[in-house]
Amino acid sequence: MGRLPTEHFAYEADAPGAGVLGAHAHGGTNGSTQGADAHEDGTHKDAQRHHHHSHAHSSRHAGGHHLLQVEGLSISFMMYDSAAPSFFRAKKQEVPVIRDLSISVHVGEIVAVVGASGAGKTLLADALMGMFEPNARVSGTIWFDGALQDARSLAGLRGRGVSLVPQSTAYLDPLMRVGRQVRGFGGGKRLSRSQKLQRAQSQRALFSRYGLDESVEKRYPHQLSGGMARRVLLASALIDQPRLIVADEPTPGLDLDLAARALADFREFADSGKGVLLITHDIELALRVADRVAVFKDGTVVEETAVANFASPDLLSHPYSKELWHALPEHGFTAPEEGYSPELQPEPQAEMQPQPPASPLGESRMSGESEEGGPPLC
Amino acid sequence: MLRFALRNIAKFSCLMAAVSVLVFVLVSLSPIDPVQASVGQAAYLNMGEAKRAELARYWDVGTPLWERYANWAGALFRGDLGMSLRYNAPVSEVIAARAASSLVLMASAWAISGVVGFVLGIVAGMYRGRAADRLIKGCCIALAATPAFWLGLVCLMVFAVWLGWFPFGFSVPVGVVAAEVTVLDALRHLVLPALTLSVVGIAHIALHTREKAIDVMEGDYVRFAQMRGLGRWQALLRHGLRNLALPALTLQLASISEIFGGSVLVEQVFSYPGLGQAAVVAGLGGDAALLVGIALVSAALVFGGNMAANLLYGLVDPRMRKEEARGSAYE
Repeated sequence: MGRLPTEHFAYEADAPGAGVLGAHAHGGTNGSTQGADAHEDGTHKDAQRHHHHSHAHSSRHAGGHHLLQVEGLSISFMMYDSAAPSFFRAKKQEVPVIRDLSISVHVGEIVAVVGASGAGKTLLADALMGMFEPNARVSGTIWFDGALQDARSLAGLRGRGVSLVPQSTAYLDPLMRVGRQVRGFGGGKRLSRSQKLQRAQSQRALFSRYGLDESVEKRYPHQLSGGMARRVLLASALIDQPRLIVADEPTPGLDLDLAARALADFREFADSGKGVLLITHDIELALRVADRVAVFKDGTVVEETAVANFASPDLLSHPYSKELWHALPEHGFTAPEEGYSPELQPEPQAEMQPQPPASPLGESRMSGESEEGGPPLC
Repeated sequence: MLRFALRNIAKFSCLMAAVSVLVFVLVSLSPIDPVQASVGQAAYLNMGEAKRAELARYWDVGTPLWERYANWAGALFRGDLGMSLRYNAPVSEVIAARAASSLVLMASAWAISGVVGFVLGIVAGMYRGRAADRLIKGCCIALAATPAFWLGLVCLMVFAVWLGWFPFGFSVPVGVVAAEVTVLDALRHLVLPALTLSVVGIAHIALHTREKAIDVMEGDYVRFAQMRGLGRWQALLRHGLRNLALPALTLQLASISEIFGGSVLVEQVFSYPGLGQAAVVAGLGGDAALLVGIALVSAALVFGGNMAANLLYGLVDPRMRKEEARGSAYE
């Protein structure tokens, strides 16, 4: 994996080097000059569309650019044709998994990527971390904090700007005490004695902040409860003082209370002027905590919109987003046509399926913002 | 803990009893007549009837199997392993004399195969699909398919006969007084047999470690370590080795039996006076006492190796420790 297919990174011919993205205006109906101006002064009308998305109330363009911006990312794999008539006659073919995906994260916001399991969401996380399989072909452009990235520089950002919060304790070394693992190995650079001491101190500080007592650092991963594991994984990301957290399904297996606390931690992180890309299959969860939602289907983001626009299906532009809206419990679980959750029936079944408690946080957010929001211009 | 010890002592006793009975039965089923074999074919043929009868009486020929076994077992409990027919000396002395050189040979072969196999396996796994991997994998598969005795013969031809780098047999130089044999001499005699003996082990351990290394490097925790900024080799060093060591150690400790089996052939090829060679002599000469003695020693060694693997599991892997504790608590 060390030899990344740098040559497959097709940089846009007119890409503005390592610079500010304001100059080019694609996707939006508003003129390019207006878009550029809006970038420069760091303010936007919330619903104004640019770079394939509309904004939420809290979206900021610190420094005149996005914290993370992905444009036209495509990932495909060279694989043998599984439909070939015989094993020996199978030809290699390119299987696209992610195509022409665009997504942005602003400073101070949580962007939730919502899509069904197995749609390639984890692959997106891997790509943002600069982890590519040897048989992957990757094209597209990624900017982090205004700087154009390639495979090598993305790998250089690991633990130095971008950190991953993984799904479960399977991502912890089963044979190493968790305190040692959270402290880490300084991204491979040899640490001085004082640096090691400092990391040990910040590990203890993080543990006490998240209510993990001192004995926890001496435990092994298999000795952690679900809630502890989640906090340990979060601590292992935070100790590297990232500016962007990529969280890949950080809440499954947690009960509602723990999941809410996990999300509160992400909210706090984002509010401190950082960004979070939350990858999840849980639309309810996304609507509760995120500022904007990117609807992920068939390897691409079909709609990237403010959470406020989920107040009504009329505010959503893509049919799949509307389906998602209809599939929400408070809208009667209806899943028209090829439903997003096959087990859900088209008829409301309130008496059979217990209604989850309504989410006051999510609803107040949604109703509060929809008035200012307005429909996306497209 | 006490329960653990008692259980293992019981297992060990059962193993020893089973091995000794089996060897006794097999020797008695063997077509080789021990009396004939001990005096020699020619001498036996030239003997008169009376002489043969006297010999038969001397060796108590005709004692039933169970009685022979009972006598032997009774003596064993008094610490007496019996007399070796072929070496005309107490079995314990024969084994002690041979075990010294044999154990040095087996231990060095065992260490070489473990270390070299582990390193080669990791290199192949890390460079999966590349030239280094293909070379190592190819060599290992070829070596694993090579009989040890044949490899020994080739080594003798190339290194001892053609190149003359190493002596072509025995554990010490011929014609030198035992007291004057230096450590260097002994080492020079050790090199070829030890290398030959280690080769099969190297192949197995390298191929297993390679698979395991690929698994571990694709595992979630190694990927996560890399996503936190470690390079591949650093991730291997910090997280991979620990997790690779356990299966490698298990395999290594379980391979003691293979090394023992291989030593019989290799010692024969190199005329290396060890336990393996003594076992061949005992088997061909119908020397039940010596054969049982050697079988017991080797079974005990293999048992010890497996036991050590069990204990090491607990030391290396905290999850095992917990299961061990839980297991005994619920028993």
